[in-house]
Amino acid sequence: MNKNCECGRVNPYGTEVCGSCGKPLADPDSNRLLNMRYEGAARRSQIYSTSIIDKIWNFFSSVKVGIGIIIVTIIASSLGTIFPQEMFMPPGETPEVYYEEEYGGLGQVYYALGLHNMYGSWWYMLLIAALGTSIIIASIDRFFPLYKALKSQRVTRHKSFMKRQRIFGTSRVEDVDHTFQAAQDILKKKRYNIREENGHILAEKNRWARWGPYVNHIGLIIFLIGASLRFFPGMYVDENMWVREGETEVVPGTSGDYYVENQGFTYEEFDEDDEIFADGMEASAALQFEETFRTDAVLYRPEGPLGVDQELEEVDRHPIEVNDAFHFDDYTLYQVDYKLDELKELSFEVEDTETDEVVGSFTVDLNDPDDTYALDNGEDVRINSYFPNFYMNDENMPTTENDVPDNPAFIFEMANPDTEALDHTFLGIQANYNVSPDQEENRYEFSLDGFDTNDLTGLTVRKDNTIPYLSVGGAIFLIGLVQGSYWPHRRIWLQRKDGEVWLAAHTNKHWAPLKKDIDAITKETGITAPRDQIDDEYEKGEDKDNS
Amino acid sequence: MSLSMILLTIAFFFYLVATVLYAVSVTGRKWRNKEGRVTGNNWGLFGYITAIGGLVFALGYFVTRWITVGFAPVSNMFEYLTFFGITLSLAFVIIYGIYRSNVLGVITLPVVMLMIGYATVFVTDYQPLQPALQTYWLEIHVLTTGLAQGILAVSFGAGVIYLLRTIDLKGKKMTKRTFGVEFIMYTFMTLFAFIVLTNAFNAFGYEAQFAYVNEFEEPAEIIYDLPPIFGPNEGELLSSDRMEPWFEMPDWIDSDSLNTTAWAFGSGLVLFGAVRLITRRRIGTLLQPFVKRVNPDLMDEISYRAIAIGFPLFALGGLVFAMIWAQIAWTRFWGWDPKEVWALITFLFYAAYLHLRLNRSWQGEPSAWLAVVGFAIIMINLIFVNLVIAGLHSYA
Repeated sequence: MNKNCECGRVNPYGTEVCGSCGKPLADPDSNRLLNMRYEGAARRSQIYSTSIIDKIWNFFSSVKVGIGIIIVTIIASSLGTIFPQEMFMPPGETPEVYYEEEYGGLGQVYYALGLHNMYGSWWYMLLIAALGTSIIIASIDRFFPLYKALKSQRVTRHKSFMKRQRIFGTSRVEDVDHTFQAAQDILKKKRYNIREENGHILAEKNRWARWGPYVNHIGLIIFLIGASLRFFPGMYVDENMWVREGETEVVPGTSGDYYVENQGFTYEEFDEDDEIFADGMEASAALQFEETFRTDAVLYRPEGPLGVDQELEEVDRHPIEVNDAFHFDDYTLYQVDYKLDELKELSFEVEDTETDEVVGSFTVDLNDPDDTYALDNGEDVRINSYFPNFYMNDENMPTTENDVPDNPAFIFEMANPDTEALDHTFLGIQANYNVSPDQEENRYEFSLDGFDTNDLTGLTVRKDNTIPYLSVGGAIFLIGLVQGSYWPHRRIWLQRKDGEVWLAAHTNKHWAPLKKDIDAITKETGITAPRDQIDDEYEKGEDKDNS
Repeated sequence: MSLSMILLTIAFFFYLVATVLYAVSVTGRKWRNKEGRVTGNNWGLFGYITAIGGLVFALGYFVTRWITVGFAPVSNMFEYLTFFGITLSLAFVIIYGIYRSNVLGVITLPVVMLMIGYATVFVTDYQPLQPALQTYWLEIHVLTTGLAQGILAVSFGAGVIYLLRTIDLKGKKMTKRTFGVEFIMYTFMTLFAFIVLTNAFNAFGYEAQFAYVNEFEEPAEIIYDLPPIFGPNEGELLSSDRMEPWFEMPDWIDSDSLNTTAWAFGSGLVLFGAVRLITRRRIGTLLQPFVKRVNPDLMDEISYRAIAIGFPLFALGGLVFAMIWAQIAWTRFWGWDPKEVWALITFLFYAAYLHLRLNRSWQGEPSAWLAVVGFAIIMINLIFVNLVIAGLHSYA
């Protein structure tokens, strides 16, 4: 059911302001200010509401709903920062225990509600998806009607359109033609585009700024789509690796295509007597001020036929630091962590208790111990058991926590030439037990003679093929945001009505600068200053308050 | 005192004088009317010149400190809060250039001084940069974000003026609106009282040392910079001539922070109560003479304009540059660190503000309240998230 306007234009059903002459169609007899949003054009969401699709469309096209989703997202996001998320928990903790122990009853509730792992939860994702849907539908619902309305607007305006603009005034001038010419020149200087029709003038600038919101919404959608691509296989790698100095490890997440060698790790702290920073460091609660940590990394690729004899060939080398990662192929190696002075080798001395003579010594590589070590006197030491990270378990048996040699302990085995039996010696750091089953004295006594340490570097392996999409989306978003924010769309209508000059003006934002433009006209021509009808309304309100 | 600190002190006094000049300019016009002739009022211009002078000295502080430490001084609480004060004054200078609103100076310049004053509560010595911050992205990300936050804070200033201008604060009955305005006033008085208090105790070198038992049931020591109302768990006062705590706290409460917080809010309450008792009026009404002649519609527009300028800049600095740097330094562009989340919240909040403004009934007063809330969110991210919530951004 379309509406015919008196100017001859056929406006689609739901139009509030004629797209051609501006005649108010929704409430023609009112004298309230016209609602100029979307130029009073008809939007799909206001026309159809019968089918399910219409209802969904109408729901998501509503700005109110969009704002509602934003507010719920804000509240949800802030709840997730009350206590640390699960991913920031210290390693080795279990969330069930951690939140209760650390934060008491509130922590328990926090965990029970799932807020400890909120940003990856299905409902948070759903919220973001709803936001995306709202952005798409609301934009489509508005862009096309607005575009058509601004494109089809005629210069000649209906009287009541003029009267019902926020800025409106009439004036009598001596020579209308001359006045219009002068006004035109002034507005042209202010970079307005001038259109003339039947002696009327429309001066308009920055219409393109009106597309800004739609451009930035397109950018946001591309960004959100880009972010969701992460869940497709092959798009994203997030792995961690530890490499000891001098060692070469396969880079996880690269399907064995790459190996990385840690040729040396450097760690430096700020000098605590530094001329500039000494006072600041002393005043701070921090115990150490790290200046640099760096891995001299070499990248290798296995070459030759698959199998045991593959040789590693150097591809590239790069000193990796925080803020200076190692890029290769689709991958990036980041410096994220380190462990200084991890035990690497322990040296032992063996003494014959009968002669009190040292009969030999040997050095154990803690990351790769040998089975036996030969002593100078021809005897062999065998490693019966090795506990890299030793502790006594509940049954009072020695065992190890993991493979990291933080607290190494050994059970050595040696043949006793006197008894022909095997002597067992348990030796750890600051721990020495006799574990021989018969509790007899061992002939040979072991003692720790020396140690050597090295550093480990903690690297993160990252591949993120979503970044190009995010960059494009982000760039479009910013362009649209600037386009829509930094240029206001202004229109000034000058019309000849009833032998008078009628002036009306509209802008989508910032009225004070628009008024300045109009002031320039009224100052130079016989046109009198128009009124800001919102101020009038306000003053009326004030009078009421005072009485 | 270093040259940079001298310059900052000079800047502070320029801001103070500018505030006074602006205050004279908005109240001065009335006196001239009584004389029966309007000769124009140049106090606003003098205020503007002085404010620019303050900005120049503040930038002098910034540049000299930058030269000394070798990086933009925005790496700890003192430096960032000071920088935020400077960007707010810069934003004011820009927006005053567009709208020539003298009253805006009366409200925003004191906020600038409060920010710089609050900054001095923290360690003002030079501190070295940790490895993650040793890059030009520190300048790109933090300077842009700080400038955006300064501009957004102007919208708060204009919003407060709008509220003072339009809300009836003289009525006897307390309403949500009068309470809201008084709450804003109370917050700033708290900040003021706290700054004066800590600087005063600091000037006299106040320290009270305790031996106590911490949450791991180990003996530890702690130094209070303010008199201990709330003492630590099983605390034993080691300093002589210091008062004994009134209350002893259990080990799971950070008693020093609680004590500081109690002093801040308590002294704010005393100041607020004293002024209310003496004047027998709401604090807001004391500021109303300054806003009497203000066109509220113009204030609404300034507030909106500031957000329209600041929002894209915040998106650029606080999200886009932040993400690029996070990808470079922390291996991922987004990691749900509390600071990141609160930057997102700030962004979403102002996005909601802009969408609400599409509806005319949300312009004016509701809009002004939203500008106040937006500023509160920025402050939460600046202070609360740094000091209370642990995360990658907790540098101070």
